[in-house]
Amino acid sequence: MSGVLDRRAVMGQLLEERGDLIVTTGLGATAWDLASLSDSPLDFPLWGAMGGAVMFGLGLALAQPERRVLVFTGDGEALMGLGAFSTASVARPGNLSVVVLDNERYGETGAQRTHTASGVDLEAVARACGFPHTVTVTAQEQVAALRQSIHTADGPLLAVVKVARTPDPMTLPPRDGTYLKNRMRAALLGPAAIFE
Amino acid sequence: MSEPVSTFQNPAGVWSAAVYDVLKAGNVRLMSFVPDGGHRGLIEQGQLDPEMQAITLSTEEEGIALSAGAWVGGQRSVLLMQSSGVGNCINMLSLLKTCQIPLLMLVTMRGEWAEFNPWQVPMGQATPKVLEAMGVLVQRSDDPATLAGDVDAALRLAYSTYSPVAVLLSQKLLGAKAFGGKK
Repeated sequence: MSGVLDRRAVMGQLLEERGDLIVTTGLGATAWDLASLSDSPLDFPLWGAMGGAVMFGLGLALAQPERRVLVFTGDGEALMGLGAFSTASVARPGNLSVVVLDNERYGETGAQRTHTASGVDLEAVARACGFPHTVTVTAQEQVAALRQSIHTADGPLLAVVKVARTPDPMTLPPRDGTYLKNRMRAALLGPAAIFE
Repeated sequence: MSEPVSTFQNPAGVWSAAVYDVLKAGNVRLMSFVPDGGHRGLIEQGQLDPEMQAITLSTEEEGIALSAGAWVGGQRSVLLMQSSGVGNCINMLSLLKTCQIPLLMLVTMRGEWAEFNPWQVPMGQATPKVLEAMGVLVQRSDDPATLAGDVDAALRLAYSTYSPVAVLLSQKLLGAKAFGGKK
């Protein structure tokens, strides 16, 4: 069963007082969600590369071990890159959190059912891959604890948040990938990184 | 670390040390790979080196996204794969092209010189075309004597021009694989 939680409200709550948290998303709804809430140099929404969100976040986490990295992705994207769960778990970056906003649908393509609608349990997959912290969030009162874990857990952390199917407006982040890249590198590494 | 750096097969154990030195000198500190006999020497050196993060992938396309994230975070990386794995990366390569993210890929070739397995031929033959179609700069190295220099040049090309660069390590360089003692 899909959930009752509102995806953008949950994301907003998870990003409260984010500090220097690095945030990346998969393609589609999670990118539009983030753009509706934030336009920070520490945001890197992917517009494509489906299946790559967890690995992109893992790369950031390995390169920036002193920061916390948060990946928002959808159930469709997560299912496409299930192997990344095993790779991220084995690499064991303590600073990486992955939040799957699971509405059991491929939202960008007409709301066809994903495998999670038929019972595939992404939290259980992550647990079986060896993630030391996993949780499925189905109630509002769990969100604050998840937010805390994103900042403090010795990860990696995988959270599945069961969200409602909602007709959220498409809010576009910057579409120029080189802008996103240069903006984040300057924020993380200093302005000289642009000339590296 | 069950085994020491090997002198496994053909010139692999010879060329890999010089190539590894080039990677280290070029500030590469992240190596991702799907295990491959041709890359065995490099992989083992990476796994033994406390300065190198050696990440085993479950499929090659993971390495594209991993490397992209790492470079946005300030870290250079190298992706090791076989020509068959190039096929797994096609769409993910759009990330590098769109964002102008540099990456060095070292690709051991199958499906060409003295190949014994017909199933390796289609992807091996398509490898340079597929890479070029996705905007990757493709170079080929088939001489152990120039290989380290070739990799060094490819690394400079990638990071100076924000380009994905693949060096195809030819089957002639690696030595063709043979099964069952037959050649």
